[in-house]
Amino acid sequence: MKDVSRLKRVLDQGGFAVTAECGPPKGADAEAILKKAELLRSTVDAVNVTDNQTAIVRMSSLAACSLLKSAGLDPVLQVVVRDRNRIALQSDILGASALGIRNILCLSGDHQSFGNQPQAVGVFDLDSIQFVQVARTMRDKGTILGGEALTKAPELFIGAAANPFGDPFAFRVVRLAKKVAAGAEFIQTQCIYNLDRFEKWMAMSRDRGLTEKTCILGGVTPLKSAGMARYMKKKVAGMDVPDEVIRRMESVPAKKQAEEGLKICVETIQRLKEIPGVRGVHIMAIEWEDKVAEIAEKAGLLPRPVISKQ
Amino acid sequence: MITAERKPIDEIRAMVAPYKRVLVLGCGSCVAECAAGGEKETGMLSSTLRMANKMEGKDVLIEEKTLDRQCVKDFVILLDDIVDQYDAVLSLGCGAGVQAVAEMFSEIPVLPALNTEFLGETRDQGYWVENCLGCGDCMLDDFGGVCPLARCSKQLFNGPCGGSREGKCEVNPEIPCAWQAIIDRLDRFGSLDRLEQIYPPKDWSRKQGGGPRKIMREDQRR
Repeated sequence: MKDVSRLKRVLDQGGFAVTAECGPPKGADAEAILKKAELLRSTVDAVNVTDNQTAIVRMSSLAACSLLKSAGLDPVLQVVVRDRNRIALQSDILGASALGIRNILCLSGDHQSFGNQPQAVGVFDLDSIQFVQVARTMRDKGTILGGEALTKAPELFIGAAANPFGDPFAFRVVRLAKKVAAGAEFIQTQCIYNLDRFEKWMAMSRDRGLTEKTCILGGVTPLKSAGMARYMKKKVAGMDVPDEVIRRMESVPAKKQAEEGLKICVETIQRLKEIPGVRGVHIMAIEWEDKVAEIAEKAGLLPRPVISKQ
Repeated sequence: MITAERKPIDEIRAMVAPYKRVLVLGCGSCVAECAAGGEKETGMLSSTLRMANKMEGKDVLIEEKTLDRQCVKDFVILLDDIVDQYDAVLSLGCGAGVQAVAEMFSEIPVLPALNTEFLGETRDQGYWVENCLGCGDCMLDDFGGVCPLARCSKQLFNGPCGGSREGKCEVNPEIPCAWQAIIDRLDRFGSLDRLEQIYPPKDWSRKQGGGPRKIMREDQRR
């Protein structure tokens, strides 16, 4: 079978795509990845593998993607520019394609000061937008930066992230436009808790015609507790958790908060499905992958469509 | 200018501990402006070292001198007559000053009393900020006079990232977001549309591509 991006197929066919996030282990155990693969199989179209998220050393996203691929899933390789210069980034794109990985998400990465290696140098040779452009040129023109030709171009569905909740708000859509102009075919957003602001951002994106040019997948993260909601509001960069969400989590007893968090998540997805231009949802259940199937089921996202494999 | 801060006294004392005759050498340029290695700081460090040695009953000669510039050969050569009297030089110059002295006097250890920090400006009394990386290819005209390399924590050429919040950087709320400043300034000049273009990857060969850099100007050579 020829390797194809299932994610791209679903979107091309006009489907509402579902992706989930899979964090690699802080160790060399392949089993941990394969176990998560089983939790996500048949419930999502593709699985993002984070790249040393929050700057904490974990199994490489490329290796974990390869494991997911061999288990029959469609991995989305997340690559951050924090840890690699342009030589390594381009090399990894080639390697990923050679391994049959068909989706890449080009990211800046959380700053190294947040993780467990705060003494590390931050590379940031390219920024995420330049990286998207490089990936796109490698695929479409078969050339690397500087114009040298590749013996074989990588086959990749190329994506980027967007955070509608950062400041300055008016510029957020400009940055999205730049990512689309750079060649981002799909966008996965930061976790959405402030739906009003997200809807405003979507309206601005539609006004600029961006939803015609790229597929926006809304990001959601189920809250496990009121404490987690407060933590995300205060401590996680670029996160917008409105007070009413925190109050709603606090309004139920501690034992019921996880359930409430899942309920909020499902409701968010249902609302996202109604927003024109939203082409799918990206479920980031942090170390809670066993709940993705339940969320997808309750949000009416199952069964996933069958995709022809040629 | 080049900014620096004095190393902790214990670290300095450990460095000079093996030596009996130490020249404490200040510099009257950048490190004097940032109150780390000028004549005043050189005098203070020398006194501290003398006092500490006296308390511990150590017989060590500590003398001091401040050059106008430690990083310029014409000034460093003024040490030629005296340097033989010492068995170590403790330099309060920046890293360039320490090395210029070491380059000229190969027989004597030259020890750094400062940690050299960055190229920056004196924003206020006792307040210095980094604003230049010395990249060798100035792009300030493109960014409204705000350098995204030196002042954005992620060195974004196409920022701001999603972590910009109310004009502050996600890395530390005390850091102003460089991209907010870039947007504000370009907005004031009516040239915000420049940021709609994708800024291309930086040519780092101007900074480090050819190894350590030098400038050779024939018109200035004699």
